[in-house]
Amino acid sequence: MSSVPQTRQSVAGRRAAAPHTSMFMRMLLRAAVLRRGRAASALLAMVVAAAVATAMMNLYVDVQAKLRKEFRSYGANVVVVGKDGASLPSDALGKVESVLAGRGMAVPFAYVVARTSGGQSVVVAGTDLERVQKLDRWWSVSGWPSGPGEALVGMRALAVVSPDRNPFDLSFQGHTIHLSPAGTLQTGAAEDSRLYLPMADFAAWTSIQPSTIEIAANGSAEEINAVVRRLAESLPVADVHPVRQIVEGEARVLGKTRSTLYAAAILIILTAALCVLATLTGWVFDRRRDFAIMKALGASESLISGFFAAEAAALGAVGAGLGFIIGIGIAAWIGRVNFNAPVVPRLSVFPVVLAGSIAVALLSAIVPMSMLRRVQPALILKGE
Amino acid sequence: MFARLLYESFRRQKRRKLLAGIAITLGVAIATAMIAVATDIGDKINRELRTYGANLLITPQEDTIDVEIGGVNLKPPSDGNFLSEADLPKIKGTFWRNNILGFSPMLPVNVSLVHGDSTQDVTVVGTYFAKKLAFGKEQFTTGVRNTHPWWKVEGAWPADDSQEVLVGENLAQRAGLHPGDAIEIAGQKHNLTGILSTGGAEDNEVVAPLRVAQQILGKPDTVRRVYVSALTKPEDALARRDPKSMSGEIWDRWYCSPYVQSIAYQLQEAIPHSHAEQIRQVAQNEGTVLSRIKGLMLLITLAALFASALAVSAAMATAIFERRREVGLMKALGAGNFAVAALFFAESTLLALMGGLIGFFSGSWLAHQIGRSIFDSQITIQPVLFPVIMTIAVVVTFAGSAAAIRRAVKFDPVFALRGDA
Repeated sequence: MSSVPQTRQSVAGRRAAAPHTSMFMRMLLRAAVLRRGRAASALLAMVVAAAVATAMMNLYVDVQAKLRKEFRSYGANVVVVGKDGASLPSDALGKVESVLAGRGMAVPFAYVVARTSGGQSVVVAGTDLERVQKLDRWWSVSGWPSGPGEALVGMRALAVVSPDRNPFDLSFQGHTIHLSPAGTLQTGAAEDSRLYLPMADFAAWTSIQPSTIEIAANGSAEEINAVVRRLAESLPVADVHPVRQIVEGEARVLGKTRSTLYAAAILIILTAALCVLATLTGWVFDRRRDFAIMKALGASESLISGFFAAEAAALGAVGAGLGFIIGIGIAAWIGRVNFNAPVVPRLSVFPVVLAGSIAVALLSAIVPMSMLRRVQPALILKGE
Repeated sequence: MFARLLYESFRRQKRRKLLAGIAITLGVAIATAMIAVATDIGDKINRELRTYGANLLITPQEDTIDVEIGGVNLKPPSDGNFLSEADLPKIKGTFWRNNILGFSPMLPVNVSLVHGDSTQDVTVVGTYFAKKLAFGKEQFTTGVRNTHPWWKVEGAWPADDSQEVLVGENLAQRAGLHPGDAIEIAGQKHNLTGILSTGGAEDNEVVAPLRVAQQILGKPDTVRRVYVSALTKPEDALARRDPKSMSGEIWDRWYCSPYVQSIAYQLQEAIPHSHAEQIRQVAQNEGTVLSRIKGLMLLITLAALFASALAVSAAMATAIFERRREVGLMKALGAGNFAVAALFFAESTLLALMGGLIGFFSGSWLAHQIGRSIFDSQITIQPVLFPVIMTIAVVVTFAGSAAAIRRAVKFDPVFALRGDA
């Protein structure tokens, strides 16, 4: 109560400073200043709802891109192979990269069947090992080749070429190469039976061009289909096909996650809106004495309705503004904690949150207003 | 008197109580639904991740290396060792049998395919499509239709005990084959029921029931490898340890956790002369994706819980704030601070319990609907959630009211009665 005289002074001061401020504005401001506690709790509800709505909308848009990035750790989703096992033209990798335009990664592979000194057949692959390291992150490798003459040896191939991990010889069409195992490779799939060499060593030994390019293309299913189409156009000598296992698995899991997120977003936003509605209805209803006094002093219905509507709208707008900032913060925090990358604030969400907040605030003013309109001001002022 | 005050307060202030009650009910409903979904989403997404196919591969223990490029095997397939088909149902006898969603044996054979007057060398892969098997009393169906869900067939799937086959789409295009055609494989007539499209090596192969491939190879009861699809727990430090170095208790814990490594170990135990290995591309990435999605839902649930707690607090504060005059009157009539506070707390508790009860059941219903419409399966509501939710509801309502009650109690009755509230 001690704050009342101060407030009066400040109001008086403001009145002197801005003598032309309309009565309407002054009523609005004083309603907020004098009943700070009430206005604060209504505003709090509004801010919480707007913050939650902002965070959920931001996340819903951003999380899909973030999850897609996680799904790229499954490796290639598009494969380019020379028709009937033939080598690809030497400019194939360049063409693939120009189609991708930085939205993905392409790794060339060349394969031959070589013979060990013991006369056994083994598949040897030449590739860009640095890119493989990024593309196939599930490969369990004990040591990547670092210099010439070093090979990455699959776990099962190791028993054939170099059981005691000593340097060994391989021959292909009369050419022999001397290799030392840099490390072993374990994947649980066909790679375990192969040897991997850096492309330079491989080309010098066999003069064979890559026959396969594995591509991890970023983007949605439609974008990947578009990449496949453009690749097929620019490389007519090759078969281009999506890796169905990867593409379909991703689409399915992503779709389910998105639906869950969507359901959660709707639920949370709806609940927040309803809570605001409940709180604000109580707040407006509680102002029935103001309403009665205004009416008794001769204010018209439309002026009073306008006053309460303006008050609700102002509350909605302020709530939306504060809530938006907090919501962006929540979304960024979730992005950092869960994906180690911030969620980019989307300003396009703001108009939606603003419009929604004002609409909910107006809606919560309408219900008690229509109830009060039917009541005689004298009855309210008498305290009934 | 206390009971009457409480009763009259609810009877005479229906609107206020209703508004506060709605806020609590909604808050509790959203909390229940979100917690139920967040606790169950791991299991649900884990099942969805099985669309990526098998995460374990069983091969013969003394297997020779494959000489294979782009899915084409360049080695005579009769070489090397085999697993026994009769041992396969034992997969369903392992400790984690309920986590094993399916398995498919594979037996590749190189043959020549005759259609009309064209002949070409192809690989025939024998497998199960949807084979009915039994282990002990348990009946189950397994095969590529559940371990390789991305395989699409134009036409019909062959029956497992028939002589019908599927042909990969590239091969079918090259040889001009259509569903319903008769083809000759290794001197035997087979009926072609459908064209198979997989986006993998099978597009250039013939896929037949396992029995057909065994007949061609002349080795009954053999399979080359078995793909197993199992629900696993994301890898952690314990999973990565070498089981040989573990002491008794830790070993038990490792063995009884559904890690991909321990399931591989158990498969090896169940099937004689076998070696089971995780398919790292599938198995390793599952964990990352799963933990990201679980983490996301957990954080959203936290945010939702926090938001509903604030909303309930705001609603309660409003409800109590409105009643300053009542407090003034009570105090003027001689009620002590304790009596006033007790009345308000009793009202809050009652509201919290009623709102919590309705909220819990509507939240369970919501979770149920989400589970049914998104995952086509039930979301289980743990019974332990009920007391937890009710406690949260009471605590949050209390906390939300506490500040407002304290202010209301401290309020000078004179001001309140004069209407300066």
